[in-house]
Amino acid sequence: MGLATTPSSTLQRKSSYELDDFAVPTGREEEWRFTPLSRLKGLHDGTAAASGAVAVSVDAAPEAVVETVGRDDERIGKAYVPSDRVSAQAYASFEKATVITVPREAVASKPTVITFTGGGGTAYGHTVVRLEPMAEAVVVLDHRGSAVYADNVEFVVGDGATLKVVSLQDWADDAVHVSQHHARLGKDATFRGFVVTLGGDVVRLSPSVSYSAPGGDADLTGLYFVDAGQHLEHRLLVDHSQPNCKSNVVYKGALQGDDAHAVWIGDVIIRVEAEGTDTYELNRNLLLTDGARADSVPNLEILTGEVAGAGHASATGRLDDEHIFYLQARGIPFDEARRLVIRGFFAQLLEKIELPELRERVLAKVEAELEK
Amino acid sequence: MSTLEIRDLQVAVEDKQILRGVNLTVKAGETHAIMGPNGSGKSTLAYAIAGHPKYTVTGGQVLLDGVDLLELSVDERARAGLFLAMQYPVEVPGVSVSNFLRSAVTSVRGEAPKLREFAKDLKAGMDALSIDAAFAQRNLNEGFSGGEKKRHEILQLELLKPKIAVLDETDSGLDVDALRVVSEGINRFRSSGETGVLLITHYTRILRYVKPDFVHVFAAGRVVEEGGPELADKLEAEGYEAYTKASA
Repeated sequence: MGLATTPSSTLQRKSSYELDDFAVPTGREEEWRFTPLSRLKGLHDGTAAASGAVAVSVDAAPEAVVETVGRDDERIGKAYVPSDRVSAQAYASFEKATVITVPREAVASKPTVITFTGGGGTAYGHTVVRLEPMAEAVVVLDHRGSAVYADNVEFVVGDGATLKVVSLQDWADDAVHVSQHHARLGKDATFRGFVVTLGGDVVRLSPSVSYSAPGGDADLTGLYFVDAGQHLEHRLLVDHSQPNCKSNVVYKGALQGDDAHAVWIGDVIIRVEAEGTDTYELNRNLLLTDGARADSVPNLEILTGEVAGAGHASATGRLDDEHIFYLQARGIPFDEARRLVIRGFFAQLLEKIELPELRERVLAKVEAELEK
Repeated sequence: MSTLEIRDLQVAVEDKQILRGVNLTVKAGETHAIMGPNGSGKSTLAYAIAGHPKYTVTGGQVLLDGVDLLELSVDERARAGLFLAMQYPVEVPGVSVSNFLRSAVTSVRGEAPKLREFAKDLKAGMDALSIDAAFAQRNLNEGFSGGEKKRHEILQLELLKPKIAVLDETDSGLDVDALRVVSEGINRFRSSGETGVLLITHYTRILRYVKPDFVHVFAAGRVVEEGGPELADKLEAEGYEAYTKASA
């Protein structure tokens, strides 16, 4: 296959199934400059041999077909080609893949929950979620425990299908997770991706979307809470290469404590052929203490003159004194006022989680972070 | 019966002295109007009493029933019985009106109100101020019109039942109908006779609905003249020119 680059954009996204096509990053590369490579436990330089296990268990909707397959399964790598060194390492190193298939026109009657439980050590994984045309499903990826884990997840959303995904990064404090989530949308397909990143020492999650036909609609939402010493990085890429597709990206995070570091990269490309594209991306960071840092880089490249809408916004700030004053002036103590305002900051996002028990769990997690 | 006693209050904003020795006593059952030209320090007085961090008290005391409010945090002042109806209530995204009101009532009363009782009180309060029921689910002040914001301030006043209410230009930006509704709310609040009201206004219009017992004229950071309701009539006829010239 060999190395391919995507020439029509300054982003020059690489893609290859071959590990050797990607040089070991030094940290000076644009795509790695925010990531603390020394804390990746060797995932980026080939020194992290698989030594442990991340147990994958699936509680599936009855309509979904769950398979554990070997590396040679033809459905692997169809929607996504590794696009960076760690992704290629994961692709070269995984032994078993999980493939979830929701058949044509099937409407899953309950969420399919895939739980990834780290048992210590290094592991590589691969997951494929396939929705055949007109199918509908909700899939939850629940990451917990301790691990050094690199993986690729492919979401193949068939024509007219609707896939809603919640990916929860609820790792133990020492976990390292580097992951690519790629969604490929067929004609008139709908994808709703919701990312919640709370745990782990380093998490670098790169959700991306591509369109194989017109009419696709992608909504990518993210919520993160960064504590002292944590590095939580989200790198979004939406590649509009088909006409009349939509994308909407909203990521919000709160940071507290020394060396809490959030990185958000929001790349959106609207190619020449992607007329009628409607896209918007937003990142907001709330710095709750001194010593925390948020890097936020939205990047919108428009190569056609015929867009329906295109915009981006990024803002990083502190709690608004006027908000706190107003609540305190009504008798509400400072700590509670602060909690109310932060909860308010995330409220619109949380409403998007349609599963009540999952929404409650995320809300409880956020509340617990606020108590720290 | 409560008393708010402002003694020789001096306040600066970013090193600029705004209040230069304000003396004023408001007793329960009394309504005091503070009138004055723009920039005379009326709003500074309101925010300094409430404890807004932008204002630095450089001297004096503000006693509520003998307790110096200036020693208390913003929320402690509110729980002690002070209420400030703000001129420009801030929008707080993601915090619903009902959630906010319940938190405020719980904090001020020291215990959570019974849910059914609270719902009943809230509905009655909203009805009295001609506030739509859907309002409770909206985000705090977000997208509210000027009139909605002021009605919402008075709704809080009626729910929280403070000992002393400071109303900062509650009449500004209201049309006649909204002014009447808001004034009725203020009158309901003071009808118990157990609360004091400090009504800050630029115009005499609201005083036709909310009759003051005392009128104080504010200029250049202090009270320059005091009298009964007739003083408001004089201001209506003559304006503030005499005071701004005198203090210049």
